[in-house]
Amino acid sequence: MTAVSMTVNGRVRKGQVEPRLLLVYFLREQLNLTGTHIGCDTSQCGACTVLIDGRSVKSCTVFAVQADGSNITTIEGLAAGSELHPVQEGFWHEHGLQCGYCTPGMIMSAVDLLADNAQPTEREIREGISGNFCRCTGYQHIVNAIQYAAKKVGSPESASKR
Amino acid sequence: MPVSLVLPKLVGQRVKRREDPRLIQGGATYVDDVKIAGMLHIGFKRSDVAHARIRAIDTSAAEAMDGVEAVFTGAHIAELLAPMPIGTPFPAPVHRAVAVDTVRYVGEPVAVVVAADRYIARDALDAITVEYDVLPAVVNPELAMTGKPAVIHPDFPNNLAVALVPSGTGVTPNGKTDDSAIDAAFASADVVISQRMVNHRLVPNAMEPRGVVAHYEPGKGSLTIWSSTQNPHILRTMIAAMNGLGQDQVRAIAPEVGGGFGAKINVYGEEYVAAAISKRLGMPVKWIEDRSEAFLATTHGRDLIGYVELAARRDGKVLGMRIRLIADVGAYNMLLTAAIPTLAMLMASGTYDIPAIRTTLTEVFTNKTPTDAYRGAGRPEASYFVERAMDMLARELKMDPADVRRRNFIAPTQFPFQTQMGAVYDSGDYEKALDAALQAADWNALKAQRDAARAEGRLVGLGLAMYVEICGVGPSSSMATGGWEHAQVTVERDGRISATTGASPHGQGNETTFAQMLADQFGVALDHITIHHGDTAIVKQGIGTFGSRSQAVGGTTLHMAGAKVKTKMARFAAEMLEASVADLVFENGTIAVKGAPASAKAFSDVAAFAYVPVPLPEGMEPGLSEEAFFEPTNNTYPFGCHISMLEIDRETGEPKLLKLVAVDDAGNLINPLIVEGQIHGGLAQGIGQAMIEEAVYDESGQLVTGSFMDYALPRASDFPRFELHSTVTPTPINPLGAKGVGEAGTLGSTPCIVSAAVDALSEFGVTHIDMMLRPEKLWRIIHGGQS
Repeated sequence: MTAVSMTVNGRVRKGQVEPRLLLVYFLREQLNLTGTHIGCDTSQCGACTVLIDGRSVKSCTVFAVQADGSNITTIEGLAAGSELHPVQEGFWHEHGLQCGYCTPGMIMSAVDLLADNAQPTEREIREGISGNFCRCTGYQHIVNAIQYAAKKVGSPESASKR
Repeated sequence: MPVSLVLPKLVGQRVKRREDPRLIQGGATYVDDVKIAGMLHIGFKRSDVAHARIRAIDTSAAEAMDGVEAVFTGAHIAELLAPMPIGTPFPAPVHRAVAVDTVRYVGEPVAVVVAADRYIARDALDAITVEYDVLPAVVNPELAMTGKPAVIHPDFPNNLAVALVPSGTGVTPNGKTDDSAIDAAFASADVVISQRMVNHRLVPNAMEPRGVVAHYEPGKGSLTIWSSTQNPHILRTMIAAMNGLGQDQVRAIAPEVGGGFGAKINVYGEEYVAAAISKRLGMPVKWIEDRSEAFLATTHGRDLIGYVELAARRDGKVLGMRIRLIADVGAYNMLLTAAIPTLAMLMASGTYDIPAIRTTLTEVFTNKTPTDAYRGAGRPEASYFVERAMDMLARELKMDPADVRRRNFIAPTQFPFQTQMGAVYDSGDYEKALDAALQAADWNALKAQRDAARAEGRLVGLGLAMYVEICGVGPSSSMATGGWEHAQVTVERDGRISATTGASPHGQGNETTFAQMLADQFGVALDHITIHHGDTAIVKQGIGTFGSRSQAVGGTTLHMAGAKVKTKMARFAAEMLEASVADLVFENGTIAVKGAPASAKAFSDVAAFAYVPVPLPEGMEPGLSEEAFFEPTNNTYPFGCHISMLEIDRETGEPKLLKLVAVDDAGNLINPLIVEGQIHGGLAQGIGQAMIEEAVYDESGQLVTGSFMDYALPRASDFPRFELHSTVTPTPINPLGAKGVGEAGTLGSTPCIVSAAVDALSEFGVTHIDMMLRPEKLWRIIHGGQS
């Protein structure tokens, strides 16, 4: 067993892990952060996407020990208290989800996409989330959701708040 | 409740989903999120060969590992569980949840490990060794029909699960056939189209793999089972029967379910085994499917070959149709396996009035994962065959594909219309949908664009397809489970409304659409209503969500239960207001005498009175809770028209979808936003089938496309923006006039895309291309090889 310590959603979390334990299992099983999902075992589907030091990472591709010392945001830590993140709000407003299973990972990827490119074109959005599978929506409402968030974040009202 | 509040009508509005706040914040509970103290983890050792006798299994090393609680072989499980039942009236071979002496597909379980956690369970599975005497693998269904290279089940000669069952014109219920009408149709035809078409095998791939938690409590003698299922009540019935328990002793819970697409209707061996092991050990157990397992162990879809013949006059009128269907059902019959291809027979004639039709159906066992329902389940296969044939006819006659269809439509005046296959279509206006699609897509302008692109040497094609499908499934006469749904509506003492539905959703948004209906029915706000589902201890009875039945059957049932409560509530209100029931209106959170708003009683006050009725009106019971069962008299038959434009790269053969216009008629819509989402999702799966998805087996029976690295699940970048439009033709089958929409997108999209590809490659003389549109296949057509 190896000791790990990382900041998850703003709190320092410590654990004892087998070196082979994947980060996604550490988050889900030890920290009970079950909002991050597992949709495949080959790192294709993106359901387990979280932010590590601000960048989107598939948490099934990372061992918990590799995340030692890092700063992690999961879907549970995205909203500011009761105020949804603009991407979460977009997914709700634009019906960007159906079964919801891919949604946390999809939202975290979209957050990173918009951090890189605040006003992406539709093509850039579609390419940007192509590492995340959704089987329900056909992606169109997801694209709309991300456009909604981009518009909201880019609006003067939002800019003045920041 | 404030009397001044004016509530908008919600049915028909784009209401944001009430499910979403938990789902977008990581607060939902899927089956893998369920934890119980002392819970053990199950893993399945699966066959890595397609067809073999099991010579020996050595589990000793696994049993000796720290953290391993128990190991069960097929022989052990056979002591706990009888062979698995099916849900269709077809003959079926013995199917054990865990193979005893023979394995018949890669992925079939051969042993079960129970361990302290899933990592240890995986280690223990690796420590089990199995020796096989490998038998020849049966992978080609048309070869399998001759008994070659092996017979998979001894009681099914030539691997025939169902052999040459005829249906259609001239076929009597006892199976006697009179060929005169169909033969005359073909004898008098000016043209005959004849084509072998393959509607290939797909992997459903809900994003949440399957999973189950089973918790038998010895002191109570009862079992709770959580499962990622589309139908917890069916699960409960079957788990109880297989485990020697009463239905009152089993509680089945479908928690948040991460998609199903038909593949989570079936009750699987893993569910029976988890329940049996929990009962045997007296401990809670969990099994969560890996994606690699899901590719092999969850049922596949489609896999139907059609030999399609169309007889027509030179003016485009179709006189007759013959289809010989061969279904590759894989290694075993699952719950609905044998029935799925029969739906392709039933819908063979699509939107057309074809006077003579003959289909025959053969179902063949192969050494592959069993098939069962997958989004559309038989209807996309039917629409693919008839629409491709109509397109070939148009090409042969040099007619516009819209015109040849127009010539053959069932007319609006002909409904209800009984087809030669025996389906009774409820309502339809196919020409209206066609015209709407032609107009929305600007068909003539598209043709000009295509021709201009061709003049530049580009390979651009257009495709058009109609569809009609079966939704709102349907009377008990056609469903072994029963064809009804159940609901209960309770106005609580505080005036809030609790409702239960047996239509257990997995992404359909029933908590929203059902609440929209009740809000309008009772004149209360949406947030005063809670919809309960997915737990047999709360939802008394139910069937489930499949066959696009949630709204048409489940929604109608809820509406009926609501109407009963409302009637009773009106009597209490009439007592309080000293008015006649007929004069009351429920609106804006009040019940008032029509035309006298000042008289209004708050909804909550009437509810409170109903629970403390002093005096109790004569002949009445206290309380406000009523239930309903609703069984429709028939299915509903929604329809539509899809148009696509596709370009194929002359150099690489790569196809690109440029445009997709869909006109769908699902009858009355409760929430157009949710309906659009359903259509988008169906389109994505249909386009995926047409263009990139395919389950490929090699000659030894290995699934070559067994992971997301090999199986092309569509990505956002694979699609253009879909353009949706609708027409509205209500159904007379239910009081809502709603038909259902969950599967529609998979029906029109596949034929319209393949037809566009054929159109794009028409300069090479090609008349048909089998899905999926692999670039290599298209490149060979362009560059002179065989398709």
